[in-house]
Amino acid sequence: MEDGIKKFLYVNRKAPYGTIYALEALEVVLIGAAFDQDVSLAFLDDGVFQLTKGQNTDGIGVKNFSPTFRALGDYDVNKLYVERESLEERGLTEDDLQEIMYEDEDDDWAEKPSIRIISRAEMADLMHDQDVILSF
Amino acid sequence: MSYEVNGQTVEHDEEGYITNLNDWSKELAEVIAKQEEVEMTDEHWAVVNFLRDYYEEYQIAPAVRVLIKAIKKQLGPEIGNNKYMYELFPYGPAKQACKIAGLPKPTGCV
Repeated sequence: MEDGIKKFLYVNRKAPYGTIYALEALEVVLIGAAFDQDVSLAFLDDGVFQLTKGQNTDGIGVKNFSPTFRALGDYDVNKLYVERESLEERGLTEDDLQEIMYEDEDDDWAEKPSIRIISRAEMADLMHDQDVILSF
Repeated sequence: MSYEVNGQTVEHDEEGYITNLNDWSKELAEVIAKQEEVEMTDEHWAVVNFLRDYYEEYQIAPAVRVLIKAIKKQLGPEIGNNKYMYELFPYGPAKQACKIAGLPKPTGCV
């Protein structure tokens, strides 16, 4: 680990709309990205709904912020871990999630997917490895 | 508080950011720029247009370093560098250019 760089994990457990948690978490991630830390995002429980594709908020009168997840690569945030069991419990699969890519600076700017599906056990290990966990 | 463009009134907040993003027009951009004491050149427009495209695609105004990195990629290092961007927009490329582009104040911009 480089000096001064900590592993930050932002845990997203809530549906995208209905409360302000999901949008606020994303704003914190965007602002925090300026500090050049090792950032990961975790999506579990209803938080997996945040990444679903084809969101339309016209009927509820709030901004659809789901396109903003695709900007995370520009902020060097490219580790979005999604818990498989949370998807399955909600009848979702990886195909229901939007495609989020980043350009890998160390691999001739090749486009690579940011979303990684992991098991509940792997999620526990991921949390265990962190220096800082922020839960939303 | 409002701007006047072609006899139309466009509302803005206390810092000059327009209230309704759909009110934006090139003419309005010129009016805001004048108030900011910015003379709009092709390079200014390139930045403003980039910001509008970015907002359209991602629903946020990019942070300064993201903006500069992207401009560098799109328009070359002569324009896409800190010094030149601050010459174009002396009060901060993100803050001032976003105002002219009719976007909300960038996230994390104080």
